[in-house]
Amino acid sequence: MPVNTAPRAPAPALDTRYHVETPEGIDLILRPAGLIPRALAFIIDLVVRGVLLTALYSLLSLQGDFGTGLATILLFLVTWWYMVLFEVLNQGRSPGKQLMKLRVVHDDGTPVGWAASLTRNLLRFVDMLPFAYTLGIISCLTHPAFKRLGDIAAGTLVVYAEIPLAAPEIPEAEILLTPFALNLAEQRALLGYAERSAQLTAERRLELAAILSEPLKVSSEDAEKQIHGIARGLMGPT
Amino acid sequence: MKQSQFENQHQQDWQAFSKELGRLERGKADHKASQQFAANYRRLCQQLSLAEARGYSNYLVAHLQQLVMRGHQQFYRHRSPIGAQLIGFLLSGFPRLVRAQWRFVAAASAIFFGSLLLMALLVYNVPELVYSLMEPDQVASMEKMYDPEAHRLGRFAERDSGDDWMMFGFYIMNNIGIAFQTFASGLLLGLGSLFYLLFNGLMIGAVAGHLLQIGYSETFLSFVVGHGAFELTAIALAGAAGLKLGWALLAPGRLPRAEALKIAGKDSVRLIGGVIVFLLLAAFIEAYWSSMTFASPHIKYAVGALLWLLVLAYLLFAGRGSHAPE
Repeated sequence: MPVNTAPRAPAPALDTRYHVETPEGIDLILRPAGLIPRALAFIIDLVVRGVLLTALYSLLSLQGDFGTGLATILLFLVTWWYMVLFEVLNQGRSPGKQLMKLRVVHDDGTPVGWAASLTRNLLRFVDMLPFAYTLGIISCLTHPAFKRLGDIAAGTLVVYAEIPLAAPEIPEAEILLTPFALNLAEQRALLGYAERSAQLTAERRLELAAILSEPLKVSSEDAEKQIHGIARGLMGPT
Repeated sequence: MKQSQFENQHQQDWQAFSKELGRLERGKADHKASQQFAANYRRLCQQLSLAEARGYSNYLVAHLQQLVMRGHQQFYRHRSPIGAQLIGFLLSGFPRLVRAQWRFVAAASAIFFGSLLLMALLVYNVPELVYSLMEPDQVASMEKMYDPEAHRLGRFAERDSGDDWMMFGFYIMNNIGIAFQTFASGLLLGLGSLFYLLFNGLMIGAVAGHLLQIGYSETFLSFVVGHGAFELTAIALAGAAGLKLGWALLAPGRLPRAEALKIAGKDSVRLIGGVIVFLLLAAFIEAYWSSMTFASPHIKYAVGALLWLLVLAYLLFAGRGSHAPE
């Protein structure tokens, strides 16, 4: 059964984005989460579980043996099933992951299921060996998609959840036609410059625009306005 | 087409799709509206491809990618009825899987039951050997549990008011925990599973040999024979699942190790699903049947033998028919 969901490009990428081609013929782009946010999410989950168990225990131990039995079963459920139940029933997010805006998915981008979630959480036992998650940390730091051993065996990935994007404003400028033919990458670079100009300092904008002053045949001071104009022209009338 | 035209043309569709996604993510989807979902999703995918091919701005492409990503998450969600699946798995899937993995099951059983029998035999003939594995006070407490004078048997027997519920909880926690460890540590090239299989085999063997040797055979055997059918088999199966993981790492065949591990993991975790059911049954039997003293040992032996036969027959023959339930 040749399953190939590994990242396609063998060339080293600039970032850690993980491409998955879907049956619809488009590329999904996943952003795997690294060690620190995952560790923080785990610590939050640990605290949640601790509070939950203390509350349950103090409540149930008043009920005698029946309560102790029930508490033991609950302890079992919380120890081994807390992560699995939340991941499968809550769109791949345990409370800690939800707070850290993380999510577990299969590494083909589909939502995590029972088998994969159970595998990755049972194998957590090995990731914790020999102490304090040593094996898990080593695996997470060396894997290109930051997988711990359980993730490798289960074929899962912890990714950042999507954060809604704010629509950028393209600065006012007189609409210009492109002075010469642009290829797609150049076109997107110009648009990207205009869209991001609100996030850049004036000096940086000037510096970036000056690179284009020569091909655009304008002075480096006017280049910025020129690029915004071209960007508006590319966008079309609003 | 200019980007702004494209945006104006489809903006409303995107907003509607985003709202629909929000409802699906909160689990409050409307049945009628969802029927259009697949068509909307595919159209969105096409629009994303167009946007990329026409070199539209990064923001628009990222925005569409995000919508597609969220749509993909909802569209490819597995929502098969878990109840029906579970019944099908128990009726046919699990025993078939055990038979398909017979090599690992045989190896794990040989290690576990072999070490168990060997140790029992050794301790029976050389009684001092039990102290090489266990502390004297452990042995003493073990003896106390199966004292023929006791009213209740097994762990917690010293508590007269020992509630069955409490024991049930303890057995679940303890036994499933052991099974999970046996399985998970298989990831260490199979060595962990090997260790737990041997360790548990030797311990149980030592206890059995010791108790038989000092003449507690009736209380001990009549106690363990019932739930042992499920419990011991389950440990061996958990070990088999762990060995399968380890083997995928040691001998991945033509696949890369990570890929081999992933494929082995799929079968292993299904084995563990069956193991969990076995151990729940074992805990139930141990708490509510094995510890009772009103049934005479003969009845317990008979029931125990029946249970062993049942387990063996189930693993060997269930799900063989061509019309077996899926």
